[in-house]
Amino acid sequence: MHARTDAADTAPNWPDDIFATLERFDVRQVPYVPDAGHSKLIQRVLASSTMRGIPLTTEEEGVALLAGAWTGGQRGVLLMQSSGVGNCINMLSLIPILRFPFLTLVTMRGEWGEFNPWQVPMGSTTQGVFELSGVRVLRASNAAEVPAVLEAAAAQAYNALTPTAVLLSQRLIGAKVFTK
Amino acid sequence: MSKANLLDRRQVVSTLLANRKDVVAIGGLGASTNDMCAAGDHARNFYLWGGMGGAAMIGLGLALAQPKLPVLVITGDGEMLMGLGSLATIGLQQPSNLSIAVLDNEAYGETGGQTSHTSAAADLVGVARACGIADARAISTMAEVEAFARAVHDVAAGPRFANVKIDSASVERILPSRDGTYIVNRIRGDLGFQPI
Repeated sequence: MHARTDAADTAPNWPDDIFATLERFDVRQVPYVPDAGHSKLIQRVLASSTMRGIPLTTEEEGVALLAGAWTGGQRGVLLMQSSGVGNCINMLSLIPILRFPFLTLVTMRGEWGEFNPWQVPMGSTTQGVFELSGVRVLRASNAAEVPAVLEAAAAQAYNALTPTAVLLSQRLIGAKVFTK
Repeated sequence: MSKANLLDRRQVVSTLLANRKDVVAIGGLGASTNDMCAAGDHARNFYLWGGMGGAAMIGLGLALAQPKLPVLVITGDGEMLMGLGSLATIGLQQPSNLSIAVLDNEAYGETGGQTSHTSAAADLVGVARACGIADARAISTMAEVEAFARAVHDVAAGPRFANVKIDSASVERILPSRDGTYIVNRIRGDLGFQPI
């Protein structure tokens, strides 16, 4: 979880597109485990008057939180990195059992120019873990397709109760570069 | 394993829920969810049959969505230990309408009574307090249970946590519904939400 620094004029705009979609779908609770790829979106959420950003100690907390939020009448979205998906596996069983809307946005590691071998095993199995757990997977590989992918994901998650994960590819967020 | 002066789990839970009014109650996986049913089925009872470690977080999501409603999580020591990090998450959010009561028999009663970490080392009240839940109580008398049950209704003064030492006697199995969708939609309906 190293910070990735972006100069203001080169900061990507796709997190703003995501935020706008979440706002439009009346998302209120945003549990997250921080990741550099989500940092701009997390800043937008924490500055929002309608959304509540909720830092977690581990990702499965967020699955249970969203079940409670829905029972109380609110929609949520879980933000995490691919390495956190494995932490969620047993808690994902709540989704078909309780049948609540589930949307998660996952920043990918372990692909597209990855530098750190330790990220590769979980990054390679992220999509498979979701699919085996009954969560549909959509992917955004470049900034231009983020709005349409988010729109589709939010629509099927909240309107059709189709559990959905959006993988934000490492090609989109940029492979992390370590410099001394 | 039974020690003197430990409380009876069924009496504790029925006291916590006796004058529940608008309380939404979440029962953690294991005997706690059965205790809640034994105290009387209710449209605002959220019975968990899985998702071990998730009860407190379900309570947090509900409490944040319904800040004027008292939300009470009733769970066991093993279930709470599996979700220990959620106490840090709750301590950070400070949901003033959320209460957590742990029924601590120092054992995994559903799986053969193996001792849990609270039997010798882990102090859940200390953990809760150190995570920022200032109102964290170690309860050993029914008078303290009654006081906690009254405090649950004060939705401005939480979050609060209670660790209640109970005896490890087996009790009659009284099983609630296992249909999670029914359970959630029944609560949502009682809160006034329409089906999608």
